[in-house]
Amino acid sequence: MKWLNRQEYPLMTETSLNTPKRLTRKQKRLLVIAGLAVVVGLAAALILTALRDQIVFFYSPTELMARPELAGEAVRIGGLVEQGTFERNGETNQFSITDGNSTIAVTFIGLLPDLFREGQGVIAEGSLTDAGDFSASNVLAKHDETYIPREVEAALREQGVWQGGE
Amino acid sequence: MSIELGHFALILCFAVASIAAGAGFLFWKREGHLTDYARQASMLQFILVLVSFAALTQAFVTSDFSVALVYEHSHQLQPLIYKYTSVWGNHEGSMLLWVLILVTFGAAVALFGARLPRDLLALVLTVQSGLTAAFTGFTIFTSNPFERLSPAPFEGKDLNPILQDIGLAIHPPLLYIGYVGLSICFSFAVAALISGRIDAAWARWVRPWTLASWVFLTLGIAMGSYWAYYELGWGGWWFWDPVENASFMPWLAATALLHSALVMEKRNALKVWTVFLAILAFSLSILGTFMVRSGILTSVHSFASDPTRGLTILGLLAFIIGAAFALFAWRSKDLRTGGLFAPISREGALILNNLFLATAVAAVFVGTLYPLFLDAATGQLISVGPPFFNLTFSILMAPLLVIIPFGPYLPWKRADLLAVTSRMGFAVLATLILWLVVAVFTGAITSLAGVGLLLGFWVAIGAIAELADRARFGKASIGTSFRRLFGLPRNAWSTALAHFGLGVTVIGIVCTSAWETERIVAIQPGESVTIEGYRVELVDVVHTEGPNFISDDVNFDVTAPGGGVREATSEKRIYAVSGMPTTEAAILTYGFSQLYVSLGEQADDGAWVVRVWYKPFITLIWLGCIIMSGAGALSLTDRRLRIGVPQRVAKAEPEPAQ
Repeated sequence: MKWLNRQEYPLMTETSLNTPKRLTRKQKRLLVIAGLAVVVGLAAALILTALRDQIVFFYSPTELMARPELAGEAVRIGGLVEQGTFERNGETNQFSITDGNSTIAVTFIGLLPDLFREGQGVIAEGSLTDAGDFSASNVLAKHDETYIPREVEAALREQGVWQGGE
Repeated sequence: MSIELGHFALILCFAVASIAAGAGFLFWKREGHLTDYARQASMLQFILVLVSFAALTQAFVTSDFSVALVYEHSHQLQPLIYKYTSVWGNHEGSMLLWVLILVTFGAAVALFGARLPRDLLALVLTVQSGLTAAFTGFTIFTSNPFERLSPAPFEGKDLNPILQDIGLAIHPPLLYIGYVGLSICFSFAVAALISGRIDAAWARWVRPWTLASWVFLTLGIAMGSYWAYYELGWGGWWFWDPVENASFMPWLAATALLHSALVMEKRNALKVWTVFLAILAFSLSILGTFMVRSGILTSVHSFASDPTRGLTILGLLAFIIGAAFALFAWRSKDLRTGGLFAPISREGALILNNLFLATAVAAVFVGTLYPLFLDAATGQLISVGPPFFNLTFSILMAPLLVIIPFGPYLPWKRADLLAVTSRMGFAVLATLILWLVVAVFTGAITSLAGVGLLLGFWVAIGAIAELADRARFGKASIGTSFRRLFGLPRNAWSTALAHFGLGVTVIGIVCTSAWETERIVAIQPGESVTIEGYRVELVDVVHTEGPNFISDDVNFDVTAPGGGVREATSEKRIYAVSGMPTTEAAILTYGFSQLYVSLGEQADDGAWVVRVWYKPFITLIWLGCIIMSGAGALSLTDRRLRIGVPQRVAKAEPEPAQ
């Protein structure tokens, strides 16, 4: 390549190439490898710490109701939107998510996905309030009417509500 | 009739590819006609899949509902363009598109690779045929697009409304070209491992293919991001969703490969690593296909999927990747390391680049797949969301962004950091001044956004300053400098442009993330909402009918802070066949910033819930990606990289430029 031309790079003259080496080839390589190992180690530590702190657990309504100590923690819940519970008041939406056994009242401020309906499988992100209902920061429904989230399917299956095939 | 012809062609392609792969692996050592046969077989595979794809396309365009796939995913009333795009707007058809691109690349190597060593060419085509056999087999046996229905229904079930968009015409083909293009690098890597011959020339042959794939992958991801941004109506441009990560990991790996192949080409070093990356990049592409197609991970971009297919892909994946890495483990120790270099040198900078990109791949990989592992191991369901990725990814990228501008200044072998830094004085000064002005103005000086902006400016300005430095602006006369500037080789330009584009994207990401504002209100016609000085007034609601949907068009008048009114329309559509509602957001672009107006439902009192975002400098995100792709394309046109011109590369050392 032209831009590697030596005339353009006064640093890369013959003299600078011929300066005596202080380290042997092996030492140099060890030094480089040690440096790389340190960076990789730091990165691994970073990933593992972040993984411990930043993951969000998924619960079915039954599981979450059994653990009130989780109030205030960011979690995901999933199930079906219970029939007859959906109410909209301006930008505030209220509905209940059920797994057939337990039901949690959910409040969500914002725009619901287009495919949000009663009876539809949804996932809500947010946290349990001290009052025992759920304040959602995000509600996910799917692009496709035949699609049901894997977690929701598992939650429903556990309660014996799931009718579909494997 | 033509459907059967297409089906037959695909089966024939499977047979041809299997035979070509089998014969190739058995007899590659024998000189003779094998290479010619391999080339002919590659051409033949291309023609057969093309016939097959044309047959399926014809069925969609003529709405032949006797074909199950057409019945499931098309409708007579669909506009013609969506009849075409429906071909790959479903699992079976998209697999056929995947295979079509695979054989197209194979045929391209067969056609343009006449100057490659004959045994290497034969091996590359053999591996490529093996991949074709695996994926045509998968398509025929588990995802046959040519199944018939009897009796044929009168009308189809319509393409998923969200997919009825120009984005479907552009995004999947671009992304697939990028994904599948990496198969060539994979084939080259496996061929090199089998033959045991790998040198700087190999890197020079691989680089154009990597570069081409990278260009398409960059465009494909950017296009996908913009499509999700305007179509999903949430105003988000990146969700760190498994499906997005699936395309991002091969991109990171391909970016690393581009840089390490450079070291290998120029200095004959990093051989083992480059081969590893070539295998890894394509493995991540297949993994991406697997994740998207199997539905094993919950994604906002998921469409109906079938777990049984997922298992087959997983098996295929395990076999291809396992075999390649086994071969790598067995043969790579025979590869001799080449050129010696000091830690502070261009090689050193490129190694750092690879180090950070590789750890970033690892972070994204762990975050994406950890829920699967945990589910399999403990049954605990979790999700790893944006906080994890934002944290790890930004920490890993920050040092990379700091060193990027240094790279092109550093000479090969060994560098004097002090001398290089002194040449970068102008870049440092310009960055600091610009940053201070912006940061004081926005009050971001001590925030994370301030750090992000500083990095973005540094990368963008550093890239341009490097070009200016090379053209000797300020040292020679202006005329000479400009002459030098335009006389610089295209590779210098493309490096600078690509880095500049990255800086632009970073600036866009930082601005949008830090200063985006949103408002959600319920308003009646005649009422308005104001955001960042923009007044959005709901004018009226008009009921309209499209070809296959009905719509409530909500018209807005948007008054900019400086005056000037523009009209915008959000739509609430209901598609007739599926009954599925979709929202089309209204997006207005002011300079580099955008105003995004999305609709909720209409309340009983006639008010509409309206969600308005102001997204400062958001278009820079995609603009930067387009600049990066353009830079890659420019580099492809460099005479030295042209695919058909490897006649001088037989020499082990690249000769210095004239």
